[in-house]
Amino acid sequence: MSDLFIAGAHLLDPPALDGSGGLLVRDGRIAARGPGLAAPDGVPVLEADGAVLCPGLVDMRVSLGEPGFEYRETIASAAAAAAAGGITTLAALPDSRPAIDDPALVRLLRARGEETGSLTILPYGAVTKRCEGREMAELGLLREAGASAFSDGGHAIADSRLMRLALAYARVFGGRIVQHPEDPALAAGGCATEGELATRMGLPGIPAAAEAILIARDIRLARLTGGAVHFAHISTAESAALIRRAKAEGVDVTCDTAPPYFDLNEHAIADWRTFAKLSPPLRPESDRQAIAAALADGTIDAVASDHLPLDPDDKRLTFAQASPGGTGLATLLAVTLAQVHGGALPLARAIHLLTRAPARLLGSPAGTLDEGAPADLCLFAPDRGWQVQSGKLPGKAQNTPFDGRALEGRVLGTWKAGRRVFG
Amino acid sequence: MPAPRHLLAIQGLSPPEITALLDLAEAYALLNRSGKTQRDLLRGRTLINLFFEDSTRTRTSFELAGKRLGADVINMSVSTSSVNKGETLIDTAVTLNAMNCDLLVVRHNQSGAPALLARKVDAAVINAGDGTHEHPTQALLDALTIRRHRGTLEGLVVAICGDIAHSRVARSNIYLLTTLGARVRLVGPPTLMPAAISELGVEIFHEMPLGLKDADIVMMLRLQRERMAAGLVPSAREFRHFYGLDAQTLGFAKPDALVMHPGPMNRGVEIDSAVADDPARSLIAEQVEMGVAVRMAVLDTLARRSTRNV
Repeated sequence: MSDLFIAGAHLLDPPALDGSGGLLVRDGRIAARGPGLAAPDGVPVLEADGAVLCPGLVDMRVSLGEPGFEYRETIASAAAAAAAGGITTLAALPDSRPAIDDPALVRLLRARGEETGSLTILPYGAVTKRCEGREMAELGLLREAGASAFSDGGHAIADSRLMRLALAYARVFGGRIVQHPEDPALAAGGCATEGELATRMGLPGIPAAAEAILIARDIRLARLTGGAVHFAHISTAESAALIRRAKAEGVDVTCDTAPPYFDLNEHAIADWRTFAKLSPPLRPESDRQAIAAALADGTIDAVASDHLPLDPDDKRLTFAQASPGGTGLATLLAVTLAQVHGGALPLARAIHLLTRAPARLLGSPAGTLDEGAPADLCLFAPDRGWQVQSGKLPGKAQNTPFDGRALEGRVLGTWKAGRRVFG
Repeated sequence: MPAPRHLLAIQGLSPPEITALLDLAEAYALLNRSGKTQRDLLRGRTLINLFFEDSTRTRTSFELAGKRLGADVINMSVSTSSVNKGETLIDTAVTLNAMNCDLLVVRHNQSGAPALLARKVDAAVINAGDGTHEHPTQALLDALTIRRHRGTLEGLVVAICGDIAHSRVARSNIYLLTTLGARVRLVGPPTLMPAAISELGVEIFHEMPLGLKDADIVMMLRLQRERMAAGLVPSAREFRHFYGLDAQTLGFAKPDALVMHPGPMNRGVEIDSAVADDPARSLIAEQVEMGVAVRMAVLDTLARRSTRNV
C-alpha cells in the first residue's frame, strides 16, 4: 500500500548520507536506502532526477492558530502549509487560548496532529500557568503527557527566581526550557530595533540589549542550576557571542534562529511594512551577518520558522498598532537555502539545522533517513526558482515578511509515514 | 521624477522643493497682511481636516488657510468616537474617499498613519503631525519665520531644546534646517534624546549653557506631563532648573538670539513668560501667523499637482 521506491535522488541526511542513491519505503517505514539500490519488483518507482531527498523537516517553533485563533489559522490549514514546505514534524508553542498548561491539552494537540495524517505535532508545555510568568505549570505531568520541552511562547520568563526554579525543576523530567529572550521592561512599547531607523520613523525602539540581558542572565542561571536552556530566534551579534562563549565553557545552552534574522535586516520595515514587524524586531545589517555566520560556525543549533499566523486585520494598521509576527512554514526551506546559494552555508549543514538537529533538541526520533525510521521525507529541487507572493501561499495565513522575495529551492514532494501529502 | 502628490514628511524633500514652498508662503504672508488674498484659487475643492488627536491651533490654521483660498473646509474630529466603535483607519479612509475630497489634512498619534491613509485615498494627504514621526508644516513655518528675520538659514546655529525623543517637530526641523545649511544642536537630558540621533547630522548637548553658546535661534519644545509620570525626568521643577529657558539662560546664546516655541507652551516649565512674551526676542506669535501662510502655500501647491478633476 504505502510502498514506494524513490530512484536517482541526492540522498541527504548528514552526517551519514550525502550522495546519489535510492530509497525504499515499505509499510510506511524506510526499509533501505543508499547507492546502488534497485527497486524491488512490484514497488512503484518515482524518478527523482537528482533532486535532494532529505528527512521531512522538523520545525521547532510554530504558533498554531488553534486553539483560540482559528480565524487566523486552523491546524488543518497549518498542516497544508507545512506539507507544502516539506515539514512533517513541528513543535507548537503553548501560548494559545487556552494555553497548553494542562496534560489533557498536550494529549489533545498530539491527537489533532495525528488526525491531519500529514503532520506530527510536538506540543511545548507551558513553563508557567496560562503563560503568565507567575506560577510554575505542572512540568512533570505535562512532560508525562508528551510535552517535548517547555516554553511560554512569545512571552519571556522575566522573573529571575521563577526561571531559576523552572530550570532546576525541569531537570528531573528532561525537556529544555525555551526562552523568548527579551527583557519585557526594556522592550515595553517598542516595535522596532532602537537605532537610527526607528528614530527617523518615530517608532518606539527596543534596544538590542534587551535580548543580550536575558540571555546573559539565563546562561548564569543555567550554570547555577545545571538546567538546560534554549534561546529561541536569536537575532543579534551579541547574543551569538554570549552563547558561543557559554557553550565553550560547557553550559547546557542551545539556540535557534528564524529565517528573517539571517535573510532580512531592519530596512524591510521602511515604508511602514507591517508584514516585516516581528518579535524580536528585525535588526541592522551587521546583526544579520553575525547570525548568518553563527549558523555556519555551529553556534546556532537549529533553524525554526517562528511561524505566527495573523489575520489581515491584525496587520492593516499603523506600524505600532499592528501585531508582530510572520508566517514561515512555506518559506522555511527556501530562505535557508538562500544561505547555501550565497555560499555562506554548506547544503548538508543547512539540512542538518532543519531536520536532525531540531529533532534531537526536542527528543524526537524524527528527522532522519535511518533504516526503520518512519518514512517522513522531503524531496526538493534546490535550484528551482519561485517568488513569494502573499495571497498565494499555501495555508490560510498570508502575513509573510518575505513578500516579493525571489527564492531558489522548491519542494517537489512531501511524504508522511510513506504517504504522499504534498506534490 | 514627478513631484509628490502628498506632503507626508520633510525627510526626502530637496532644497529646491523646500525653498519653493517657502517662497510661495512668503508671498502669502505678504498677501495676508495686506488683506488681498486670492479667494477663489481652491473654489469647488474640498478640504477635510481629519484630526485623531486634539489640536485647536493646527486645525484652525489649516481651516483658515483653506478658507482664505476659497476651499470648502470640513472638520472631522475622530479622536474617540469612531476609534471606540472599532472603525479602523483604513475604514475611515475608504469612507472619506467615497466623499471625493481633494485635500486631506491628517493629525494622528501614530507614526505613519498619514502614509497609511495616503495609500488608500485619491486625495492629496497633508501630514499635520503623526506620532513622533514628523510635522512638516511646523518645520516649514519655523523656517519661514527664521528666514524673514535672518534672511537665510545657511550657517545659522539653531538650538532645539527639551523633549527631543517624543517630538515630531524636532525631527521635521532637523531634516529641514540641516537640508538648508543650518547647524542644528539638540539640548536636553539623555532620557529625552532619541537613540542614534547624532546620525542625523546634529550636535548633542546635555547642558543649556554649552548648547546655547553662540546660538542664533533657541527653539523650545513642549514637555508633556506624562514624561514625568513615565520617569523620564524626576520632576517639572528639576527640568525647569536645568532645561527651562529664562532670561538668564537665554544670555548664553548670541545677544540677538531669537526664541521660538511650537506651542502650546507650558509656561514655567520649559519656558518663562518673561522670555516668551518679550517682543524683542520672541517669535512665537509670528510663528502662528506664518503657519497660515505656509499651509496656504502647501494647499496651493498640492492642489495644482492633483490629478483629480474639479
